[in-house]
Amino acid sequence: MLNSNLEYRGVSSINGPIIIVENVKNVGYDELVSVKTPTGKTRIGKVIQVSQKAVTVQVFEGTADLSPSQTRTRFLGHSLEVPVSTEMLGRIMNSYGEPIDGHPNFFTEEKRDVNGYPLNPTAREYPKDFIQTGISAIDGLSSLVRGQKLPVFSSPGLSHNALAAQIVRQAQIRNANEPFNIVFIAMGLKHDDADFFRKGFEETGAIKNVAMFLNLADDPPVERIITPRAGLTLAEYLAYDQASHVLVIMTDMTNYCEALREISSAMEEVPSRKGYPGYMYSDLASLYERAGRIVNKKGSITQMPILTMPNDDITHPIPDLTGYITEGQIVLSRSLEKQGIYPPINITTSLSRLMKDGIGQGNTREDHADLSSQLYSAYAQYNAVKSLVTIIGEEGLNARDKEYLRFGERFERTFINQDRTENRTIEQTLDLAWSTLSDLSEEELLAIKPEYIQKYLHKTKTEAK
Amino acid sequence: MIHNLTPAEGSVIRVAGPVVEAKGMSQAVMHEMVEVGRNSLIGEIIRLEGEYATIQIYQNTSGLKLNEPVTGTGNLLSVELGPGLIGGVFDGIQRPLESIRKLTGPFIKQTHGVTALSREKIWPFQPKAKPGTQLISGDILGTVKETNLVEHHIMVPAGIKGKLVEIAPEGNYTIVEKIALIQEEGANGKKTNIPMLQRWPVRTPKPYTQRLFASTPLITGQRIIDTFFPIAKGGSAAIPGPFGAGKTIVQQQLAKWSDANVIIYVGCGERGNEMVEVLDTFPQLLDPTTGRPLMERTILIANTSNMPVSAREASIYTGITLAEYYRDMGYAVALMADSTSRWAEALREVSGRLEEMPAEEGFPSYLPSRLAEFYERTGVVKTIGTDNRTGSICAIGAISPPGGDFSEPVTQHTKRFTRVFWALDAELAGSRHYPAINWMASYSEYIPNLTDWWHKNVDATWSNYRDEAMRILQAEDELKNIVKLVGSEALPDKQRLTLETARIIRIAFLQQNALDQIDTYCSPQKQHKMLKIIIDFHHLAETIITKGAPIFKVTQLPVIVDIMRMKDNIPNNKLEQLDDVEKKMHQDMDNLVTTLG
Repeated sequence: MLNSNLEYRGVSSINGPIIIVENVKNVGYDELVSVKTPTGKTRIGKVIQVSQKAVTVQVFEGTADLSPSQTRTRFLGHSLEVPVSTEMLGRIMNSYGEPIDGHPNFFTEEKRDVNGYPLNPTAREYPKDFIQTGISAIDGLSSLVRGQKLPVFSSPGLSHNALAAQIVRQAQIRNANEPFNIVFIAMGLKHDDADFFRKGFEETGAIKNVAMFLNLADDPPVERIITPRAGLTLAEYLAYDQASHVLVIMTDMTNYCEALREISSAMEEVPSRKGYPGYMYSDLASLYERAGRIVNKKGSITQMPILTMPNDDITHPIPDLTGYITEGQIVLSRSLEKQGIYPPINITTSLSRLMKDGIGQGNTREDHADLSSQLYSAYAQYNAVKSLVTIIGEEGLNARDKEYLRFGERFERTFINQDRTENRTIEQTLDLAWSTLSDLSEEELLAIKPEYIQKYLHKTKTEAK
Repeated sequence: MIHNLTPAEGSVIRVAGPVVEAKGMSQAVMHEMVEVGRNSLIGEIIRLEGEYATIQIYQNTSGLKLNEPVTGTGNLLSVELGPGLIGGVFDGIQRPLESIRKLTGPFIKQTHGVTALSREKIWPFQPKAKPGTQLISGDILGTVKETNLVEHHIMVPAGIKGKLVEIAPEGNYTIVEKIALIQEEGANGKKTNIPMLQRWPVRTPKPYTQRLFASTPLITGQRIIDTFFPIAKGGSAAIPGPFGAGKTIVQQQLAKWSDANVIIYVGCGERGNEMVEVLDTFPQLLDPTTGRPLMERTILIANTSNMPVSAREASIYTGITLAEYYRDMGYAVALMADSTSRWAEALREVSGRLEEMPAEEGFPSYLPSRLAEFYERTGVVKTIGTDNRTGSICAIGAISPPGGDFSEPVTQHTKRFTRVFWALDAELAGSRHYPAINWMASYSEYIPNLTDWWHKNVDATWSNYRDEAMRILQAEDELKNIVKLVGSEALPDKQRLTLETARIIRIAFLQQNALDQIDTYCSPQKQHKMLKIIIDFHHLAETIITKGAPIFKVTQLPVIVDIMRMKDNIPNNKLEQLDDVEKKMHQDMDNLVTTLG
């Protein structure tokens, strides 16, 4: 590029992560910019507005120690690209895909635009293959499907990190020998948490299957905007060029959104709810919609974004906008956590939209769909009874309500609750579901086809005897 | 062409995301479609000041530079109309996604020169109009069998009238070939060649002769909708709901089972996988009345959330313009827009980039008038043309209120311009009560319009049963508060019966399983009979309770399980089995009375 040889000295203003460069020619929107600090270090940024007067540049690593007169900029003529390679598996990278684990640099086969391109809806393949996480509350009631985006809504102090690590260790595609990899994207993570994941992956040997992109809490917020894009670009390469099934864990989306807000306000944009930018929905969609499958391609991208709900509020813009884009959500509950239940998954508000096509005969088992809707409605009934108990006491309940009370307590203790190393097959999960339902009388099981009751419940009851 | 001036030739002076400014545009007009940059990105002029134009670009602007050319097209942002629309998948500005995929592979990259409708495909044209007759706009020249379900009428375009000089004989033609020649009055009257392909600007409603009274229901096969909160053909409805409450499933159920002739499904800023679901399932699902694949009457506008935000803004206008085109042929069209909140957000985003003064929650102050303009394009009309066809458009807009809070601007303003409100409820969805339409918060203003239809076509007692069921649900809602305090055991038997009947209505009637082969569609006849059985049960039980039957015996009657299961056990074509349930109910009650002695 002819233009990339031109270096401009001096910028006209610096404000937060934004610098403005005047009298620049032949610059394209979204183009990558190399910014040289007065001490000679190089940072990168991108063009977010071009006008006749000036070019507005967002600097990724922050603008600390830049000076208006001494800063030099060079426009690179293309948008931000990151390396993609199968050698990135087992490695830890920064937001630009450069290794930061102290091991030698890997051979880069190719570089790709971090923004990717929108997937043509007609080229998508509908996700319908079950992924077993080994966690009953997920597999049984909010099943994860290849190509789905299913977030975990957590709150500060809950065990979402343990859950994420367990899923990374246990997730598998049933009856398939196809390659399966994990891209782990950490955004604004605390050093402690980053160590927890790194050690966990190394100790269990899971690391060889994991490409980890690490952006720490004290890294510049602007870089946080790149981290997930770099990881997803690798995921697309692994899935669609290397025919691998990729599970992408992104944590913590709340930090990502905070960075988005910080940059937006530095740019003096009109804010929408709670100061977050009006385009946050579209921005999040540009990440989440990169999950999926493509017709005639073997691989797939499944996403599990994790976010912590500020003030445990599910209506806060971050969980709210996420929930509108993703295909369901797994919600963690503080009250279950306090009762010592792990994973503290709140069944009532959790949901997997793609579950219906990923379960049943051929995928899991014929009775799965009926069983899960029965568990849902019975558990809802249990919650209604529980709130009644707080007012009228257990003695005031009728026989039917008492059954539900027994069912619900057992369900929480034995079905939802499991050990941090316990890896249950889907058959174990479903059998466990039947045995919790055996607390209810058969007339209550309206959601289940009579033939399944005959086949599975009666078996469970005989075994119990 | 909108004007005879040479199209504007300007150049880019500012790029900020999807908003571009250009100078040298004094020849341009407001809302003109322009081509921007060396890749000919499609844009629309949204502001003009002297020679400066502000342009909203419908594609990704990455790499666009200053001084790149901007060329006017001489047309307002418009859609192509003609055979080939049905079964198609288009983006928000009607670019055909299948053709784009052939050009750029699975990912959408910058392309140009793709037309919405194929210029090569040939269609069997059947002339209807006779040469020598006087024709006006809207008159039918001939027909094309577009699919097995839709007979496409080729109409005289707007603004043309006169004598039909020539008409093409029966045969195969492309949409750009001339099929008729019309001459205006007088010996030297202007002659116009007419091909099947026509255009219409999306932001201008197509004309009609007269608005008519909406008195036929859109039968959707969904019990809570048809029986409790019906929508008329030509009506408008809003479905607001928090995420996970099942908006999309309701919209898809309506698209699947509504008895409209043409369905237009606008996926506006929603999930890609949902569009695939429609693409995968509709060709396999059969229309309950004709037995043909549903895709043969469906047009999809898919502008998913990761596609350019400005094309999302255009998508609902594209959708409703296509709807008007089929309405003009004399069809009942139903349009589903999922979700209008994403459309409003696109409006907000562009407004923000234009640095307009924001009103409520950052939305521009013209949000309500834009909503009104959209919903007012629905209705039953006498179409243009001499044969007085009747056509209708009904629009159903999903709303995604932030945090599920209905007091936000999009929900509130939509409520002003629609007449049916189906309020989705997170709590119902949480207990897996689907469709999660809250019966206390929802309403339909069409009930008085449609009562006659039900009485004539289904049963003369329809409204009695409907009103009675509504009263029971209302009573339950009031009793619930007391039950919370004292428990249901403390209530008198009659009130406990009300609770039991309400429970039956909720589970046996209001809940409907979209995934169950039988339950997914419930005919109006079945709906009425089911409700009649439930309400009759209530009355009979009331009588025997007065005679001294204890409530706990009533709630244990074996027939209750049959009532609960009639929705998924009894197919629409075997309604006589409902009579058996009715018989059993009478027997059970009689037996109970006998045991009382």
